[in-house]
Amino acid sequence: MFESITKGLEGALSFLRGQTKLTEKNIREALQAVRQSLLEADVNYDVAQSFCDRVARVAVGTEVLDSLKPFEQFVGVVHRELIQLMGPVDHTLNLAKGQVGVIMMCGLQGSGKTTTCGKLAKMLQGEGWRPLLVAADLQRPAAIDQLRIIGEQLGVPVYTEPPTSNPVKVCQNGVALARKQGDVDVVILDTAGRLHIDDELMQELKQIDRTVEPDQVLLVCDAMTGQDAVNSAKVFNAALELNGVVLTKLDGDARGGAALSVKSVTGVPIKYIGVGEQLDKLEMFHPDRMASRILGMGDVLTLFEKAQQHFDAEQMAAQQEKLRKGKFTLTDFRNQMQQVKKLGSFSSIMKMIPGMGRISEMMNDADMDPEQDLGKIEAIISSMTEAERENPEIIDISRRRRIAAGSGTEPSMINKLLKEFTNAQKMMQNMAGQSHLDRLRSLQQMASMGAFDPGAEVSFGKNRSARAEIDKEKKKRQRKDAKKQRKKNRR
Amino acid sequence: MGLFDRLKKGLQRTKELLQTDIRDLFKSGELLTEEKLEQFYSKLILTDMGVPAAREIVDEVREKHFGRTVVIDEIWATVKARLKILLKGSENTLWDVENFLSPLAMAPTGPTVILVAGVNGVGKTTSIAKLANLLHKAGRKVVLAAGDTFRAAAVEQLTMWSKRIGCDIVTKPSGSDPAAVAYAGCARALETGADVVVIDTAGRLQTQQNLMKQLEKIRRVIGDKIPGAPHEVLLVLDATTGQNGVSQAQKFSESVACTGLVLAKLDGTAKGGVVVAIRQQMNLPVKYVGLGEQIDDMEVFNPDNFVEALFAG
Repeated sequence: MFESITKGLEGALSFLRGQTKLTEKNIREALQAVRQSLLEADVNYDVAQSFCDRVARVAVGTEVLDSLKPFEQFVGVVHRELIQLMGPVDHTLNLAKGQVGVIMMCGLQGSGKTTTCGKLAKMLQGEGWRPLLVAADLQRPAAIDQLRIIGEQLGVPVYTEPPTSNPVKVCQNGVALARKQGDVDVVILDTAGRLHIDDELMQELKQIDRTVEPDQVLLVCDAMTGQDAVNSAKVFNAALELNGVVLTKLDGDARGGAALSVKSVTGVPIKYIGVGEQLDKLEMFHPDRMASRILGMGDVLTLFEKAQQHFDAEQMAAQQEKLRKGKFTLTDFRNQMQQVKKLGSFSSIMKMIPGMGRISEMMNDADMDPEQDLGKIEAIISSMTEAERENPEIIDISRRRRIAAGSGTEPSMINKLLKEFTNAQKMMQNMAGQSHLDRLRSLQQMASMGAFDPGAEVSFGKNRSARAEIDKEKKKRQRKDAKKQRKKNRR
Repeated sequence: MGLFDRLKKGLQRTKELLQTDIRDLFKSGELLTEEKLEQFYSKLILTDMGVPAAREIVDEVREKHFGRTVVIDEIWATVKARLKILLKGSENTLWDVENFLSPLAMAPTGPTVILVAGVNGVGKTTSIAKLANLLHKAGRKVVLAAGDTFRAAAVEQLTMWSKRIGCDIVTKPSGSDPAAVAYAGCARALETGADVVVIDTAGRLQTQQNLMKQLEKIRRVIGDKIPGAPHEVLLVLDATTGQNGVSQAQKFSESVACTGLVLAKLDGTAKGGVVVAIRQQMNLPVKYVGLGEQIDDMEVFNPDNFVEALFAG
């Protein structure tokens, strides 16, 4: 999400890194690069232009603080201005309890209206509302069926009429039905996609707006839209007085310049973003987080929020305790992996951690599939006995073979995993004594040291220069112990 | 209405935008200044053609006309020529606009397989219907394979179209393996002696690796059933798409080796200029353009006409 803006800005700003002072000249140079990267990201030309002008005014005017490096200061200005450009947002839908609220969705063809209707219904359902979906898209063949199927999936009623009916009537009847029945308190109208220059269809939309008087009119906008996003948003806003925008398909590598443009040109805030095809993939839009993300500062807040939602607090606490005592076993390792998995795909998590966005990209380029590797690791650990998990030292060749057979992997992989685990264990013991922030720092440090280098097959063990000096006596002892252990096992 | 007129109508907005603004921009007898060039650059950017292409055009105009008095026709000629070169690519491709089948590589014997892919909501299913309709009208026996088994009611949508067109369709229940549908489509064509199989696929973002792998599988399965197939892999692109279109073309080509683009929804104010960027960076040609919602609103893409219509008075 927003990767290419990020890439461009990072590149544009990195040349400032070496500079000791913010001068008018280097600011202008940086801004030229910022503007180009914004244009390449589909930010509307005028918006990009005025954004750069504003940043220039602010940046040149700011006093250079001694404590800050010019790079940091410039990033600060760009960050603030980005937030201003996209915010503020109001996530409320202004629906009054006790009466039937009406939300009307509109947009161009293929922007994702019908799916978004479903997502919105699910979200409202989760908040305790009882939604009704109204299929007012009579244009596209089978649009009614699509909404009906989505309704079935969610357990939300769907009001439909035959395709020969009139969209205005369908909306009217749907809302009337909801008011009469009383088991519905919010109606979501799925209107047909239309071109903003199609006067006839825009008139129809206005008519629906006049007759049912929706509480909220939301424009659904494809994040991949180019320079035209601003034009259509302007026309829809003029016709309907939009309350908000839902930006869809942000889970791709869409540069999302539309997000930056629409708000600043129409003044209509982006309320939600669609980040996947499943019906629960609707998120609140946070300009500050998005701005951080654009600047490659990561989105730790979202990550924390997600973690809170999905992590089992007690289990976490127990693990923390174990960690602190240095008793971190493979069982804990697996538990933690399972918890982390709930947060989403590995790459999507990486993107939210500052400085890690590029790593997930590198992994993509190297055609690595961390998901698959994690799956294998889980299988390996699951194929171990309880005793082996608690005390991995007892795993000898025959146990290794058994585990490999059980998990459908190679014995060498088990070796690798155990090695990695020992390393990870050490690292975690170090981190256990640190604060959250310190932990994040050491994580970043590890990344910069190449701990996540996708070129290395095994991430942790390979970093030889970082390895502590080898204690020969200790090694000897370990070898002896292992030998003894093997003998014991043979018996 | 002739093709030229329709393209013109479809591109009217672009033309208006480009022309009125550029007319205001360049006045005969004035000096061509850096400021004017920057304004011109902004207009080119607004067509979504991307920074590199816009730079290329502006640089050429600067090189040929900078500091001289403006002769509008001469500047036009420069811009048009450059755009045409950009759009025709290295092979200088031109299709016979009157012959709808001319952009398609047909199988020498047996059924021709056309695989259609694209991101969500670009108009794949509608474009397939238009394509099938034109093939059908040209006397070819068409089989559709409803390979979008993911999106709710996508199969129904294509089935409705097949009924309207009057062509054969192969479907499987929603949630089935799309590769199986593609396979069944090819099998049906071999069985019934059909000329063309058009295979629909579910919309997918080019960054979804699993889904891209699934697309590769579909391609593989088709090739297993009919050697040499698919003969055409068309990527449908929404004309409103911005620079992300380049990423789409890249990633889809990597996965299924696209042979051409279908530029849909060109009837809005969107300029579809990203095809210039795609041609420039990937050398992937546009084969067809969609100009409306009606089933026969599809034309063979002609770079000359595209540019001509963009600037014609």
